Amino acid sequence: MFEYMGDRLSNAIKNIRGLGKITEENISEALREIRMALLEADVNYVVVKEFIANIKEKALGMDVGKSLKPDELFLKIVKDELISLLGGDYVPLETSKNPTILMLVGLQGSGKTTTAGKLANFLRKKQAKNPLLVACDIYRPAAILQLETIGKSLGIEVFTEGKENPVKIVKDALAYARESKKDYIIIDTAGRLQIDETLMQELKDITNEVNPQETILVIDAMMGQDAIHVINGFNDALSLTGTILTKLDGNTKGGVALSVRHLTNIPIKFVGDSEKLDGLSEFYPERMANRILDMGDILSIVDKVENVIDEKEAMDTAKKMKKGTFDLEDFLATLKQIKKLGPLENLLKMLPGARKMGIQNVNIDPKDMAHVEAIILSMTSYERRHPDCLKATRKQRIARGSGRSVEEVNRLLKQFEEMKKMMKMVSSGNMKMPF
Amino acid sequence: MGLFDKLKNIVVKTKEENKESIESYDKGLQKTRDEFVSKLSLLGIKYTKVSDDYFEELEDLLISADIGVNTVFKFMDKLRDRVKKENIVDTKYLMEVIVDELFIIYVNNESLSTKVHKNENGPTIILMVGVNGVGKTTTIAKLAHKYKNKKVLMIAGDTFRAGAVEQLKIWAEKTGSLFYGKDSVDPAGVIYDGLEFAKQENAEIVFIDTAGRLQNKVNLMKELEKINKVIERIIPGAPHETLLVVDASTGQNGIMQAKAFKEITNITGIVLTKLDGTAKGGIVLAIKEEVDLPVKFIGLGEKMEDLQTFDIEEYIYGLFKDMI
Repeated sequence: MFEYMGDRLSNAIKNIRGLGKITEENISEALREIRMALLEADVNYVVVKEFIANIKEKALGMDVGKSLKPDELFLKIVKDELISLLGGDYVPLETSKNPTILMLVGLQGSGKTTTAGKLANFLRKKQAKNPLLVACDIYRPAAILQLETIGKSLGIEVFTEGKENPVKIVKDALAYARESKKDYIIIDTAGRLQIDETLMQELKDITNEVNPQETILVIDAMMGQDAIHVINGFNDALSLTGTILTKLDGNTKGGVALSVRHLTNIPIKFVGDSEKLDGLSEFYPERMANRILDMGDILSIVDKVENVIDEKEAMDTAKKMKKGTFDLEDFLATLKQIKKLGPLENLLKMLPGARKMGIQNVNIDPKDMAHVEAIILSMTSYERRHPDCLKATRKQRIARGSGRSVEEVNRLLKQFEEMKKMMKMVSSGNMKMPF
Repeated sequence: MGLFDKLKNIVVKTKEENKESIESYDKGLQKTRDEFVSKLSLLGIKYTKVSDDYFEELEDLLISADIGVNTVFKFMDKLRDRVKKENIVDTKYLMEVIVDELFIIYVNNESLSTKVHKNENGPTIILMVGVNGVGKTTTIAKLAHKYKNKKVLMIAGDTFRAGAVEQLKIWAEKTGSLFYGKDSVDPAGVIYDGLEFAKQENAEIVFIDTAGRLQNKVNLMKELEKINKVIERIIPGAPHETLLVVDASTGQNGIMQAKAFKEITNITGIVLTKLDGTAKGGIVLAIKEEVDLPVKFIGLGEKMEDLQTFDIEEYIYGLFKDMI
């Protein structure tokens, strides 16, 4: 997501590598590159000015010691500045009250309804909450139905009460939540412009009625220089407690992320990073800075994997890998787990040096994975346990059954054998993982 | 005659016959005018003579309007050249040059057509595409309202987002249009059946809604390719218009959106939505300059009538009228 910006920054920094000392002259080119990169990334132009001035000041004042090279020092300065721009620490959601009330607000099309579903899912999964979704978008056609559909697919209750009075809906929802022992309420409101006084008043009325612990602005990460007016507009009217950046899985450079905290001091709490209902991640400024600078984000990968992988199953698989008894049946189970992680390319991008390895733009066709699955599913259970028994006729049958060719079946079997060999090597300590 | 006078003449002359549209431009561009143009005027008061500081502040101002870094840098170079060549010192006069040059970026010596391509023998197919949340479905409703004396059909090709089919159906009812949609996960299939339905009903204008897709999602872009093939198979030569809907508050990503969608489908024009809410909208110029796609419609408000055919003259006049 931040690839592009990261590229420019890395290039700018690379040019400083051979320098013996840092002078105003020899970093001016790098600073220009960084300025362009940030502006192209839609970072607010006021922030860019300040950022460049800060880096320049620190870089010129820095003492090129013996241990660090100038480019390393420069990179560290940029990284520290980035982290401070993104806002030092992770700020978790308020959960103290029972029920805690969270209201989502924002412009039309920023992704409030989807985010409401994702948040409910997150709270239930990560914090064992019992959330209630409240449908308060009484204007957009079918918005209530959309939230209901999302709620149904998650198995999370949605409170609806027609299209009359949002303040009353919220009030009644609160009473209902108390009665039915819900400990978290997520209010989905209608999209509105921050300059629409009537609709902004409606949000103020809701706030006065139930006094939400969290008022969160959902904002499109693709927004340009106008983002700051939107954020300020909502903040002036409602005192925001946080923001959620959506659509960060697009190839946006996400300059909004770099402007929000710095200009308003409102923390970014989450980012939306896939279309699926588990596509919501906590926002850690340092991890994000690392990702921008291509220093990898292993921690987020670990988080993602932990979220979806069944621990017991993973342990079993690991044992089998060690013993070398890993068969196609296990492989199939592993494939299914991997599929739950969402698009693999999203994970690859977070690896350190992803850009250098050229895998930031890798596209893995889910169809390829589906083909592999189809081939394995066309085998009998005996064949999966004993892939050695697969000879010509069996292979032909499997190819026909899965609609693939015999060559593809062969390729899969060969890859599987190689994988097994590698697993043995890794688990016996003869080989280190690539990272 | 200067550009200002020319514009004024054109707009004032058409004012009588086209009052509604001009008022809509006037109101919808209010925010941009207040932000961008008033700052531009202030700049002219702060600096009466052209100087380096003046240029620097002008550059910031243009960038802050989302005109796009590359476009702005090119623009600034050109402006500096002109200032040098024509020996311009007075910032007040330069203002006129600035508007003139902005206009040139957009027009670029071409005859731009905002006309919608029509199919002479059969239904005109208009495909709506774009990233998530830009307002595709709502734009269809507004366009349908524009063509209310034609037989309009809406096809619900967004089978992904919860509630999207229902949303379009409600709009079809409200605008008195025909509707085709069903519970399915396969948009190409729905569109196939929908187009058969269009032929059967002799629909004149068919709007196809599609799911929002981020331009870097290869599979979703492939799906769009497939949709195009299906449309072409049933109605050769279709879609007659493929409109990319872009949110006016989008920053530089708007350029990437336009590039990526143009690669996959034959985009014939841009619909710029939510322009009333933003003080920016400079992305119009950036997209034209970098991707060469014309804007065909702009959304200037929430009301049905607020979707207007894009008119660069009215647009520029609406923006700079306080200075003219």
